Amino acid sequence: MSEKQLNHIGKGYDRKDAQEKVTGQAVYVHDMEVPGMLYAKVLLSPYAHAEIVSIDCSEAKKLKGVKAVVTGKEACQRVGLYMVDKNIMAGNKTRYQGEIVAAVVAETEAIAEEAVTLISIDYKELPIVHNLDEALEAKTLVHEDLHTYEYLKGVFFPQKNTNIASWNRTKKGDIKKGFEEADFIFEDEFNVPAVAHVPMETHVAIAQADPYSDKIKIWSSAQSPFAVRQLLAKSMGIAKSNVNVIVPYVGGGFGGKAGVHLEPLVSVLSKAVHGRPVKLKMTREEEFNILPTRAGMRARFKTGMTKDGKITAMEVYHDWDSGAYADYGVNVGKTAVYSGAGAYVVPNIELHSRTIYTNKVFSTAYRGFGHLETHWAVERHMDMMAQKLDIDPYELRMRNILKPGETTISGELMYPTTGDPSACLNAVTKELNWTGRKSAEDRKREWKTGKVRGQGFAMLQKAPAMPSYTSTAAIMQMDEDGHVKVMIGAVDFGQGANTIMAQVAAEELRVPLEDVEVVWNVETDKHPYDWNTVASKYTFMGGNAVRKAARNMIQQMKEVAAQVLRCHPDELTHGDGYIYHVHQTHRRISYVKLSMGYAYENGNGIGGPLISHGIYMASGLTNPDPETGQGRPGLVWTFGAHGVDLEVDVETGEVNILKVVSAFDIGKVINRKLVDGQVFGGIVQGVGSALIEGYKFDGDSKLLNPYFGDNRIPSSKDIPDEIKAIYIEEPETAQVDGPYGARGIGEHPMISVPSAIGNAIYEALGINFHRLPLTPENVALAIDKHLKNGEE
Amino acid sequence: MCSTEKVTGKNIEKCIEYTESGLPKITIRFEVNGDQFEKHVDPTMTLLQLLHHELKLFGTKEGCGEGECGACSIIMNGKAVNSCLVLAAEVDGAVLLTVEGLGRGNELSILQQEFIKYDALQCGFCTPGMLMSARSLLDRNPEPDDDEIKEAIEGNFCRCTGYVPIIAAVRSAAKREREELK
Repeated sequence: MSEKQLNHIGKGYDRKDAQEKVTGQAVYVHDMEVPGMLYAKVLLSPYAHAEIVSIDCSEAKKLKGVKAVVTGKEACQRVGLYMVDKNIMAGNKTRYQGEIVAAVVAETEAIAEEAVTLISIDYKELPIVHNLDEALEAKTLVHEDLHTYEYLKGVFFPQKNTNIASWNRTKKGDIKKGFEEADFIFEDEFNVPAVAHVPMETHVAIAQADPYSDKIKIWSSAQSPFAVRQLLAKSMGIAKSNVNVIVPYVGGGFGGKAGVHLEPLVSVLSKAVHGRPVKLKMTREEEFNILPTRAGMRARFKTGMTKDGKITAMEVYHDWDSGAYADYGVNVGKTAVYSGAGAYVVPNIELHSRTIYTNKVFSTAYRGFGHLETHWAVERHMDMMAQKLDIDPYELRMRNILKPGETTISGELMYPTTGDPSACLNAVTKELNWTGRKSAEDRKREWKTGKVRGQGFAMLQKAPAMPSYTSTAAIMQMDEDGHVKVMIGAVDFGQGANTIMAQVAAEELRVPLEDVEVVWNVETDKHPYDWNTVASKYTFMGGNAVRKAARNMIQQMKEVAAQVLRCHPDELTHGDGYIYHVHQTHRRISYVKLSMGYAYENGNGIGGPLISHGIYMASGLTNPDPETGQGRPGLVWTFGAHGVDLEVDVETGEVNILKVVSAFDIGKVINRKLVDGQVFGGIVQGVGSALIEGYKFDGDSKLLNPYFGDNRIPSSKDIPDEIKAIYIEEPETAQVDGPYGARGIGEHPMISVPSAIGNAIYEALGINFHRLPLTPENVALAIDKHLKNGEE
Repeated sequence: MCSTEKVTGKNIEKCIEYTESGLPKITIRFEVNGDQFEKHVDPTMTLLQLLHHELKLFGTKEGCGEGECGACSIIMNGKAVNSCLVLAAEVDGAVLLTVEGLGRGNELSILQQEFIKYDALQCGFCTPGMLMSARSLLDRNPEPDDDEIKEAIEGNFCRCTGYVPIIAAVRSAAKREREELK
């Protein structure tokens, strides 16, 4: 289909949910009250690692209005997506400060809160695993029984009697030979701290567990209702069909609501009160303390380079501080196997990605998971190698960048339609007017003014991290008035999936956008399956499924219309709400007349209500080889680049971002307004990771900043002065199997924002940073050290 | 559950309601979105709890309950406040405006329309509070520059949009509102 024929794709429509959201009508689980509902509150472990010796709930139970008190003894079910390593509540021991150790159900939230304070627990403190080094020493084990845990075999590799939840490897070529071919070998280490997702709606769930059967009904602020259904059913030992998960509007997710969280606990609590609905809503402090984070990470790179800047070999260790549990975290680690060396050709590589247990709040998926972290390292490393080789950082990247015909580190062949990383970097450096590094003299001169400018850039790439056999489906029904309702299993938590799917359906059916509604409030009992709403995969996968459903509906209409119009269905086409003959266009029947089946004048009826469906199954993916990581994990890659122009105040260490320019090979923009929203929002989240955010722990691994006062996110005053988004939509490099050529974009804008900022700060100050965040304090201290060394 | 007891003195009989924890309830009269209310409330109740639990107005959101995120912003006597930090007792005699009262009859206000047009929302959870802070700004400053807009919404966290479309929407709403007044 040529560009000109597209009516809805590429149009910047208003989002379908906007009106309900600006009028206060949109209902979130936070707002919900179910008849008969009781309220729960939880008690958290004050210790990072301790044995639970005894629990006394008698005083709490005596409080008027308390309906049940539940501890890990009663709630001993296990839960986990890839690594089944967590109890619903701490059992014999607690593995992080903030882990839930008891819960109270009461008539009001206030009573439950008071009752929680009446529970008395005897703990015996255990040695704490504070960090990666202590974890790797394995003197203390976070999980003594790791070798007995259930996990996804062949994909993850837990190491017995260690703190390593999974050790995934990439081996390609011969690194010994590669390092021998190198003229230089460069080694660098980089770190990122754990960071919070901070959805504005904290985690919340309401459960109603039928006491007379296995049925459980859940209302949850969740990204992936079908994942909640699967994992909850597994945890409770019941059939999936007994679980009905309902997801209304969701106040942000960013990966933090991708898996299963409060739902099993709330189900147990509802069971404990004979099936009355129970609501558990996290306070902001609980959100920080209890719920998972983006893992902290340490990356160590050893890279062999020729003197003209070609990579000959890499040896890489990505060590993920996953905290007390590794449920989703092992999958974050797995992404490094195929993406952990960036968008570059690395002929010989040995990469180790280890997801590691420590006694801290645990980790999960976070927007673009694994990639902001690995790219912080890769893209800073590339820049630093360029410095040492005295090669322009643009030039060094271009000499090694992935191109069609090359293979990725996991052996995936790049096709022309995989996308064009070079085009992204070219667009960004052009927009920045990059002319090369500034001289040391220029920097010195500028330094005297108190403010130093710097430009930097970084590449980025990501493909969805998901099981090789991930699938989705869409159901489409036509109403009597010719309007269409689309049911999908993905959740629109603000990324705009429902509006995009409506555009796809309207495009295929050739009807106005107002005539298509994607049904909100995904309910697993009614809506078709979708694996998880994660990974920037839904425009691609859901778009393909909705397109097939629409085409099937057209075909159904043509088959009935062909009988009425006395022709073959192939002679018919559609548009403007009619099925009509391709040539004699007056021979036509409206969608409305076909919607519930066609009725002849004499009363005879044919056809029937129009209901169609479409499916999409990820095509051609394989699990990575356990030893070498080789395989095809990437369904659809999106490449991009960020450029940053900034100013550093050499007195205060404050970084003022003047401009961010970002280019993505997105293939096809379906809705510019919504894509811009992802890009602006992602960049500002990336700025948060770069300059502001991060967990701080004390010597006892207690979280020091579980509140906005000292763990805030960017405000309106922290945003770049200017953001310029560039979308590459070249038919030759567009995603040929994507809807209209489109690729995912939801997560990518966040990746490599810190890297580009770090590179620009080097350009400004001549100082290399290895550790995030680049707060004024950290930058000022580094400047101080730099000056003391007499370098400026 | 509250107990009621009769207190007699000086020939005047009045009822005092008590909260569960034994505190005497207080009586407040106030206006929300043009409607008048009289409520007997727990003196420890916050304005946000009053909106949710007594009035069943859930448009206003709770993001932190500590006055740090702005999700619960409403307009009280013409000024934007974090309703989680205001006690219900303080609203006696006050005039309140919440997101439910922003529209003009059955039509969206200009500010709401511009939020939609500029896609100044994604998940929508910060949106009611954001709208109220923006409304308050435009009420006191009909011609704000971008720095003034950023200042006005600085206390309203948004994790989705990166603020760029919000600033554009407020800027455009200000312009349209000024034009309408001409």
